[in-house]
Amino acid sequence: MTQRMPRRILVGALGVLALALLWELYIFLGPADGVVVGGLTVLPRASEMAMPHLWVMLERALDPVTGSASAVPMWQAVLAASLFTLGISAVGWIVGVTVGLALALLMQRFTLAESAILPWIILSQTVPLIALAPLVRRWGAQIEFGAFSWENWMSVALIASYLAFFPVSIGALKGLGSPDANHVDLMRCYAVGWWKTLWRLRLPASVGYLLPALRLAAASAVIGSVVAEVSIGLRGGIGRLIVEYAGAAGSDPGKPWAPIFGSILVGLVAAGFVGLISLFLRRFRRGEVAA
Amino acid sequence: MTHSTRWLGTAGALAAASALVLTGCSAAGDTEPSEDSAGLTPVTLQLQWVAQAQFAGYYAAVDQGFYEDEGLDVTIAEGGADIVPQDVLASGDVDYAISWVPKVLGSIEQGANITNVAQIFERSATTQISFKEAGITSPADLAGKDVGSWGYGNEWELFAGMQQAGVEVGDISLVQQAFDMNAFLAGDIDAAQAMTYNEYAQVLETINPDTGELYQPDDINVIDWNDEGTAMLQDAIWANADMLADDEAYADQTVAFIKASIKGWIYAAENPEDAATIVADAGSALPAGHQLWMTNEASKLIFPSSNGVGLIDEDAWANTVDIAMNTENETGGTIITTDPPETAYSNEYVQQALDELTEEDVDVMGAEWAPIEVTLQEGGE
Repeated sequence: MTQRMPRRILVGALGVLALALLWELYIFLGPADGVVVGGLTVLPRASEMAMPHLWVMLERALDPVTGSASAVPMWQAVLAASLFTLGISAVGWIVGVTVGLALALLMQRFTLAESAILPWIILSQTVPLIALAPLVRRWGAQIEFGAFSWENWMSVALIASYLAFFPVSIGALKGLGSPDANHVDLMRCYAVGWWKTLWRLRLPASVGYLLPALRLAAASAVIGSVVAEVSIGLRGGIGRLIVEYAGAAGSDPGKPWAPIFGSILVGLVAAGFVGLISLFLRRFRRGEVAA
Repeated sequence: MTHSTRWLGTAGALAAASALVLTGCSAAGDTEPSEDSAGLTPVTLQLQWVAQAQFAGYYAAVDQGFYEDEGLDVTIAEGGADIVPQDVLASGDVDYAISWVPKVLGSIEQGANITNVAQIFERSATTQISFKEAGITSPADLAGKDVGSWGYGNEWELFAGMQQAGVEVGDISLVQQAFDMNAFLAGDIDAAQAMTYNEYAQVLETINPDTGELYQPDDINVIDWNDEGTAMLQDAIWANADMLADDEAYADQTVAFIKASIKGWIYAAENPEDAATIVADAGSALPAGHQLWMTNEASKLIFPSSNGVGLIDEDAWANTVDIAMNTENETGGTIITTDPPETAYSNEYVQQALDELTEEDVDVMGAEWAPIEVTLQEGGE
């Protein structure tokens, strides 16, 4: 926490470098056909097709997507798709965080609400995405009023929010209930109302629980967006690129890796954004608790 | 289905809640075809996968204005990994859908009331490919081998072919295949499932490490289910059976839609380069060479046509139904247990479309048609 910025960046860069070295080292040392024990592959193949060199991936990213004259360099296509997915994830995250916070407040205020809603919140995460995505798209397709009509990207954002609200509601509920009993009693002695207690005591106390939850929500929103894009076939984002480039895995091994790096980029930006929020909430952080 | 509905409703504090309520209100009754400002009837077609030349004819018909000529304003809705076109159609969200017959037969048995109104692909594109060294030239040779399949309804022709040759599902080691052909190229799969228009080309676009050149067709044995007699009918246009029966405007519109779609496919067969470009412009990111290959191969599934494009061959239909009822998969299940209802297919609309096209001197047989030679490059460029 007291590490200075340059040093943290250096350590981070070293971590990435170590990963890259490990990758190349395995390609160099690992057997091209992998290690098979009793018919079971225990170590992956190190062939060019299964594990292309990093420079192959990089070179491929600089080349145009396809051979056609109008094709843009692949990094540009991936970057555009990353931005698209990031936008959808952001919408999903905001909706998810809002709903999650509202649910947590409701459950904290009314014990009845907690016993009524909490089990459903947990159950909600057991609905498989692949069952949910087509349903959401189908329902969405029927919504239309005035100039507003439901678009496919909204279905993807909704699914992202469906994943994102969960950690927030659980984390915030825990955080709101975290103040010491004697602090709550003190408030009660002063005859302070629920709202003021919330503002002065519970919300500040919840920050330590909330921040990790927000970070989890950001990661979930990104994953939810990419998976839902594949699931309902939305064009424009990382998910679509992953599907479309997958076919080239044999003949153009560097290609399918580009959208994977794109989604990593989206995840990093999302996490960085939550990091910014935590900077603003610094004075309330007394030690974060894993959600 | 009811479970997920209930759960979603319960997590109703989600933004979904309002959406759901609205859905309930507007779900019924907007099926009446209405005309837009240009006097065209809006029509939506649901594909079974994302834009690619497998659907070149429909994209060409949009691009060339064939649908407009018939008074239709067609929107093409792309599919996705979890989009089931026949379900989307049966629930009334789209006007027509493209799907394989065996996949839809199962949905029809479960209550989807939809009709095959035009069998666009006369032939099956599913094959089982293997390298020459493996010596797999017929379904009987699959016994004891690692055999790949994508599953999800793509496995039935393979199982039917094996069953016919006396090879049980238990006699092979069934391997789940991914989107790419790496498992096949690496030797994890001896005989891999491959569509002539896609995966087969993916292999031919890959460098053979032994020769340093691309893999050649000579390196590969192909089991073609059309030759084995266990081909099942694939891409067909499906329509809503209730509306065909009750709604005359929809029935007329169906004829018009089939007519323009056939014109689109004729265009794609005669102008493969242009059609491939149209599909690329429609948003497909496949490499140009691969796209052209796919256009050409899709046309081969249609032309030359035995009875006129789209006409459902009764023997082929009966064969598909027979396989669907009598072929068992690895769990002993079959696609359907009873004969499909009469509404499952109809030649009425496609026949009318063909008659009208013939009157307009359009060649709907393509007897003289010949595919082009597509030279594949590494990576499909």
